[in-house]
Amino acid sequence: MTGQGEEEAHEASGRRARGQLESDVLAALWAADGPRTAREVREQLPGDLAYTTVLTILSRLHDKGMLVRHREGRGYAYEPARDEASHTAQRMHSLLTGGSDRQAVLARFVSELSEQDEHLLHQLLSGHDDALPESRRPPGRR
Amino acid sequence: MLISVYIPFFVTAALAVLAPPVARRLPPRPAALALACAALVTAAGWAGSLALLAFTGVAQIPEIAEEGRWSVSALRSHDPVYAVVAAVSTLVLVVCVASLGVAAVRQGRHLLRARRECAELPGHTELAVLDDDVPLAFALPGAPGRIVVSRGMLRRLSGTEREALLAHERAHLRRRHHVFQSVWRLTAALNPLLRPVAVAGNFVLERWADEEAAERVGDRTVVARAVGRAALASADASRPAALAATGGVVPERVRALLAPPPARRSLPLLAGGLLLALCCASLANAASDSDRMLDSAQWALCGTHADTPAAAAPTVHDDPPGPGPDGCRAAPDRPEHGERHF
Repeated sequence: MTGQGEEEAHEASGRRARGQLESDVLAALWAADGPRTAREVREQLPGDLAYTTVLTILSRLHDKGMLVRHREGRGYAYEPARDEASHTAQRMHSLLTGGSDRQAVLARFVSELSEQDEHLLHQLLSGHDDALPESRRPPGRR
Repeated sequence: MLISVYIPFFVTAALAVLAPPVARRLPPRPAALALACAALVTAAGWAGSLALLAFTGVAQIPEIAEEGRWSVSALRSHDPVYAVVAAVSTLVLVVCVASLGVAAVRQGRHLLRARRECAELPGHTELAVLDDDVPLAFALPGAPGRIVVSRGMLRRLSGTEREALLAHERAHLRRRHHVFQSVWRLTAALNPLLRPVAVAGNFVLERWADEEAAERVGDRTVVARAVGRAALASADASRPAALAATGGVVPERVRALLAPPPARRSLPLLAGGLLLALCCASLANAASDSDRMLDSAQWALCGTHADTPAAAAPTVHDDPPGPGPDGCRAAPDRPEHGERHF
């Protein structure tokens, strides 16, 4: 939210913060519908990152083989490298189909919902502005 | 011994009943630490008490008494534990230790597998994306751990919600929540009474990661919305029939995030600490009683030798005349002396 403070926090915690920014950029590109330029990526990220920071992160991710890029105007437009991700999907498939016991070490973001839970959740979220999943807002804007 | 050896059982039962509802209302970080502490101490107390009870029975087996050089009859007359109790304790202890062993091997194998997956996931980024439309997100512990999120999940969340999701999984990895998970899993394997503690513990870990994410993002509502929308999206994608009546973990997390942060309270932690101290103290007391009982049983054996040396040691010819209590006093410490009595 507080872009300034956030950037300072990133800079303060050095290397780990760089990894976190990579995750943010990667996540934003995967959420997007097509290739995005550095400027577009920057708009989709929460907080006010410097343009050059985003550019650096993008080219680092490209170097790591996580992104593919092609010329667009004077710069590049970036897109996630899908073969890497399908490789990931294959590896994870066996991990995830291993039953609840094997999944015991995975910390999942959300557990399964019962139907009651689902109603309750709709009620809880409807009290807080446009929270229902139908009303998807453009990413990055509040 | 008569009472103190049973106190760890009562402490375990009391904590198993009281700790989960209390922990859910405390700030998650201290709650998680307290639950892990409680699980470790009560599991040790449980195993220790069972071992002491079992030992009083085992020690009365003639072969073992001979090996340890104590008098079975003296032990039996001092022993406040019924033979049935001792036998049941032995059985329970064996089963529990076996179950702990199985759980430890499994957990170890899963953690190793997760570690290997972390190393072999493509790219050297913290985030690994699955090219899959099914919404999915989890943290994979390793060195370093990885966050795995599917494309389907990323596309269903807004920019700040994605940040909340990543911050949540990052908190799991950074705070080593898999260690907590392992503690609860293994202690619950050793002592089935601790299962509710393990369930509450896993909930508290999610709450801990939620609170850290809220701090990072700076807005509790955003995290609540991210959790809620991710759960609803996952429910749309697949609803396993077997899980139709789960305990409503997600709504509880969302409700907690929409409310102000939980207030710090030290009274429940203090009370829990006192219970654990009581557990340790009574186990120590029972152990020292048991030790004393054994000592006196060894003495009793010496006493019978002193009274009737010929009857007690008919086959020993080089026995010094009258192995009195003086010689016996050293017997428990010096095996070469002791051997002469047989």
